[in-house]
Amino acid sequence: MEEKFEYIENAEQPIAMHPKKFALWLFIVTVVMIFASLTSAYIVRQSEGNWLEFDLPSIFWYTSGIIVLSSISLHWAYISAKKDDLASLRIGMIITSILALAFLIGQWYSWIALVDREVFFVGNPAGSFLYVFTGLHALHLISGVIFLIIVLISSFRYLVHSKNLDTMEMCVTYWHFLGGLWLYLFMFLLLNH
Amino acid sequence: MATAHTATHSASAHDHHDDHEHHDNFITKYIFTTDHKMIGKQFLVTGIFWAIIGGLLSIIFRLQLGFPDMELYWLKPLLGGWIDDAGKLDPNFYLALVTMHGTIMVFFVLTAGLSGTFSNFLIPLQIGARDMASGFMNMLSYWFFFLSGVIMFISLFIETGPASGGWVVYPPLSALEQAMPGSGLGMTMWLIAMTFFIASSLLGGINYITTVINLRTKGMSFSRLPLTIWAFFLTAVIGLLSFPVLFSAALLLVFDRSFGTSFYLSDIYIGGEALPNTGGSPVLYQHLFWFLGHPEVYIVLLPALGITSEIISVNSRKPIFGYKAMIISMLGITILSFIVWAHHMFVSGMNPFLGSIFMFLTLIIAIPSAVKVFNYLTTLWRGNLIFTPGMLFSIGLVSFFISGGLTGIFLGNSAIDIQLHDTYFVVAHFHLVMGSASFFGLMAGVYHWFPKMFGRMMDARLGYIHFWLTFIGVYMVFFPMHYIGIAGFPRRYYSWTNFEFSNMYTDLNMFVSVAAIITFGAQLIFLFNFFYSMYRGRIASLNPWRANTLEWTTPLHPKHGNWPGEIPTVYRWPYDYSKPGAAEDFIPQTVPLSATPESNLPHEEELVKLEKAIIADEEDVLVANESKES
Repeated sequence: MEEKFEYIENAEQPIAMHPKKFALWLFIVTVVMIFASLTSAYIVRQSEGNWLEFDLPSIFWYTSGIIVLSSISLHWAYISAKKDDLASLRIGMIITSILALAFLIGQWYSWIALVDREVFFVGNPAGSFLYVFTGLHALHLISGVIFLIIVLISSFRYLVHSKNLDTMEMCVTYWHFLGGLWLYLFMFLLLNH
Repeated sequence: MATAHTATHSASAHDHHDDHEHHDNFITKYIFTTDHKMIGKQFLVTGIFWAIIGGLLSIIFRLQLGFPDMELYWLKPLLGGWIDDAGKLDPNFYLALVTMHGTIMVFFVLTAGLSGTFSNFLIPLQIGARDMASGFMNMLSYWFFFLSGVIMFISLFIETGPASGGWVVYPPLSALEQAMPGSGLGMTMWLIAMTFFIASSLLGGINYITTVINLRTKGMSFSRLPLTIWAFFLTAVIGLLSFPVLFSAALLLVFDRSFGTSFYLSDIYIGGEALPNTGGSPVLYQHLFWFLGHPEVYIVLLPALGITSEIISVNSRKPIFGYKAMIISMLGITILSFIVWAHHMFVSGMNPFLGSIFMFLTLIIAIPSAVKVFNYLTTLWRGNLIFTPGMLFSIGLVSFFISGGLTGIFLGNSAIDIQLHDTYFVVAHFHLVMGSASFFGLMAGVYHWFPKMFGRMMDARLGYIHFWLTFIGVYMVFFPMHYIGIAGFPRRYYSWTNFEFSNMYTDLNMFVSVAAIITFGAQLIFLFNFFYSMYRGRIASLNPWRANTLEWTTPLHPKHGNWPGEIPTVYRWPYDYSKPGAAEDFIPQTVPLSATPESNLPHEEELVKLEKAIIADEEDVLVANESKES
């Protein structure tokens, strides 16, 4: 009998992935396209000359570290949820949310550092692009923080556990993506400024 | 979960669905609906509304082009200050008219009205799903589109007029308010409207792709998908990859316009005064825009080609010729569409060597396009043709695709493009191959699936009149434009008849304008037919075209959930028409191979054994579950 049930599980294979998770991946594709087009625009524009040269704020190194740490803590929370270790899950979610906010604040300070260097949003496109990259990324990150907080709240309501991980998994995917996106942008800027 | 769902299909899951149906009130059924069929109809009706507006705008500027001396006082009640005291159309408003005509037709009619209607309506019905992956997102997609339309509509009536920089809104013309009246508030509203439109397209596209990949019924493998679904799927993929880039382009334009940045602006003098903007590059905008702009052409065209494949096959009573070749050529078009954008920029100061590369890539698109045309013609060849209105419009599409596609080979050559760019030759080219072809695909789809949408038939005789007037009318309008264009008559000019070489074309322009008005008038026949048939048309039979695809296995008025019982299982591809040995000239996808031993091919006999094993297995499980429950 068990075998028969197995078969039916397999027959449902066309539904290979949770539709919402799949939709999230497609959304990630659109975000990738936005940043791919903006960074290409950056390269195209840079190659035309008349480009302001300036040093990147060193705070970017710290924020990059923070976002990597937040990804690690979120993953720890995720593994805890898988093991139904709800206490660690909550601690992990709280740490992640705090680190996320710290990242956002750090990005704000990077803008202050840029203004100190007399690199403004209005002016040479070299600076404008930097503000657009960080600003648009921060905007997406805010949506990620909202997502984190939703999961955080549901973790306190006992809604995240090994049998109910879909929302958490989507949150983890999105957050890792946003972290990776920032690392890409930072590397890109290091190599092309 | 999965076990329970499969085993108790008809018992619990679907009664539940019917329960929902009773709670629908007017608002949840017709306005904030999450039913993909109703959302599809919403897109269709909104698209028709915009098509009328877009058509009317074109009639107004055709009057100016065909009859430059005409007094237009009679338009004063509608256009007010845009008709000056001498009864002439304001030149600025002329530019606004062509801009809005382009924007409305490309985005609101042929993207939302075509892809939005048929992707929504047909994807779940043809793949055997109860609804889209996310009904809520689908609803949001329509309402973002609606909001975008409202903003664009209001911009038509503001004092400085709507956006006027052409549908491509190139900066610096669109970026500087001083450039023209339309670059003020009208342009801002254009950008806001387009942002909502992009959001709407992306929400729709994510849904279409997710649905096609995840929610196909049992047996509906990718190699059994109707070509319509393949087309909608690839269209959504193109949209997903290209619309974000338009968003980037628009975002930077917004910053330039409203925040004073210099992404696209540099070294501009107005009235002898230099603007503060330095370091921008207007060509950058063109790259970003055309990275969407060219794929957009295929976003518009592919759904029409998919619809045509289905309708031509059904009404030729023959399997589509080269099913796999059709899919491969659509895939080819999808990929190529992303690497040819710079052929719109041959004369923008691009490196000529780069131009040669883009020319080469562009001309490659002729191959998959020709494969598709060949397959349409070979499907028609010696078929038992049934000339329904849908079939006529599909054949019309093939005609336009050929005649408009040929001129594409001219324009794709960077050397010839120096003479032809921005002339009426270009206008003729894209109106035939993209505008009219896609419009005919839309019409074909409406005539063909009207019975499924509204449970009634459209009047065929009015359909024939509509077809012939439109078909001949389109050629009368756009064929002469080739001559005008080769002669060097540039597009987007308010008046070009004051020159010696061009004033001899006044007659031809007049002819085009008259033809355009007649063609537009012919659409009123369609409008009457559409709305009359919705309420008074002949009640349709369940499968009026004797087609194979799944949507014709639903009830006449499918409820939310589409099938009252279990979702049908699919056993074969959708093009078993006139199969040798079969009793009827069509075998629906739901008929198992084991039920048609008389017509099975040798390799299908192999599949029959597999099929029997699967069916036996399933019955075992059902019996087992029932005994367990009791």
